[in-house]
Amino acid sequence: MKRFAGWTLASPATLLVVVFLVLPVLATIVTTFTTPAGPFATYQSFFGSGFRRTVLMRTIQVSLATTAIALVIGFLTAYVVSRAPGWLKSILIIAAVFPLLTGVVVRSFAWLIILGKNGILNSTLLSLGLIGEPMSMLYTQGAVIVAMVYLFVPLMILTLVGVLEGIPDDLIQASASLGAKPSATFLQVTLPLAVPGLIVGAVLVFTGSFTSYATPQLLGGEQVMMMGTLMYQQAMVTFDWVAASTIAAVMVVITIAIVLLMTRVARRLNPMAV
Amino acid sequence: MTQKIHPLLIAGTVLVFMFLVGPLIIVLGAALSDTTYLTFPPQGLSLRWFENIFQIDAFRRTIVTSLQIAFLSTMIALVIGIPAAYALNRHRIQLPGWLSTLFILPVLVPELVLGFSLLKNLAVQFNSPIYISLLFGHSLLVLPYVVRVISASLASFDFSIEEAAISLGSPPLKTFFTILLPNVRSGVIAAFILAFITSINDVSISIFLTGPGLSTLPIQLLAHMEQFFDPTVASVSVLLMILTVAVMAIVERTLGLTFLAK
Repeated sequence: MKRFAGWTLASPATLLVVVFLVLPVLATIVTTFTTPAGPFATYQSFFGSGFRRTVLMRTIQVSLATTAIALVIGFLTAYVVSRAPGWLKSILIIAAVFPLLTGVVVRSFAWLIILGKNGILNSTLLSLGLIGEPMSMLYTQGAVIVAMVYLFVPLMILTLVGVLEGIPDDLIQASASLGAKPSATFLQVTLPLAVPGLIVGAVLVFTGSFTSYATPQLLGGEQVMMMGTLMYQQAMVTFDWVAASTIAAVMVVITIAIVLLMTRVARRLNPMAV
Repeated sequence: MTQKIHPLLIAGTVLVFMFLVGPLIIVLGAALSDTTYLTFPPQGLSLRWFENIFQIDAFRRTIVTSLQIAFLSTMIALVIGIPAAYALNRHRIQLPGWLSTLFILPVLVPELVLGFSLLKNLAVQFNSPIYISLLFGHSLLVLPYVVRVISASLASFDFSIEEAAISLGSPPLKTFFTILLPNVRSGVIAAFILAFITSINDVSISIFLTGPGLSTLPIQLLAHMEQFFDPTVASVSVLLMILTVAVMAIVERTLGLTFLAK
């Protein structure tokens, strides 16, 4: 009797995930292999098209740049936040949670106001006399990267504050009492211990950027097409569902491969695991 | 902490937080502007763009739809997620290890892919109402949050209280409602709130599951932005930010915001 208790309680949730996620997503992937032209034809046409290859490469580039910038900013900020006195720490965490809970549309829209032709950045630079005429900053790779960094830095900070707070204080104090300078302690004790957390943060940011839609749509438009926006366009504008399914399959495979690989790497590199 | 932090690092942190909060203040300013175009700093102060939201039919409708979908999908996720989290905590040995991975799958699988797959293989394939796909898509989206938050509350629950109730003859369902649920109440509230805001803000699943006749607020915002560049979007954004503040206040009271930094 008790044997079934666990399954009975877990079955509705299991059923929901299997019926509404696993099966539909598998079906999408399977259809890419069952086209009349042969099992790999859609992939040949995906990777054979210069345009789609460019989109894939651009998406990887933008996601890598976003991840790298978010890692550096997020880690240094999280380090300061984790050492801040209690009241200040709460305020800083609130300041990071607030943007995180504010929707992606609102946060991307903010950059539309800032980077637009008549936006704040242009008007400030104009009034300072730094530029003669407004620059077009929207619909560039740079605009997408800035907005993506904005999107993911709070996530990185919060992930890393958790990780840094988990590092036992004794280790930092031991390092200091053995004569290490703060910078040496930071580089030789704190940083290595934070590596697994950095990897987790990097995976979250990379996969998030790689599969994003709203930000590249608003700030990149047609000019800076990424995998997400291309997939939407194929599915809903040109109604080429086979092509859209192929992009979906490529996204799933890359995302899951990165997650599996990096969690394994993170486990390997964890200096606390003896 | 006795360890000093380099002043440059502190300066950098100040800049980062200005970078985080600044754009949202700009949105607030733009929403209050009395002009017909988006501008910051606001020129003249007015609340007319807030009134304008409710004069546009599409906004009124999508606000209702978004609240509906967020509430229903959160309830579905709670009703099936709480027992699942309980099972994962209490009956772990009987259940296969992959089950907890299954419940975080909605986070692993790109939302766009889920949205597209629900459209293609559920709504179109079986000619079922798009509302159903949208609702279940959102339920899946928020399920991992529910399972995770409830699991965290259950981790600090002393199951011997429950055993005591059962051994004294309390039936299982009654035990659940009178013993377990009140003890994880703060977790349930926090899960509800986090799931609700996640659903309200979703773009990537909804973008495929909306269309003429059915749309959610974020999708309507995107559509409005493509046509108009007036402060309406900014004022809707401010409404969403007010909702966020309310959410944060509730999470802070129930779980503590530091929970999110884990």
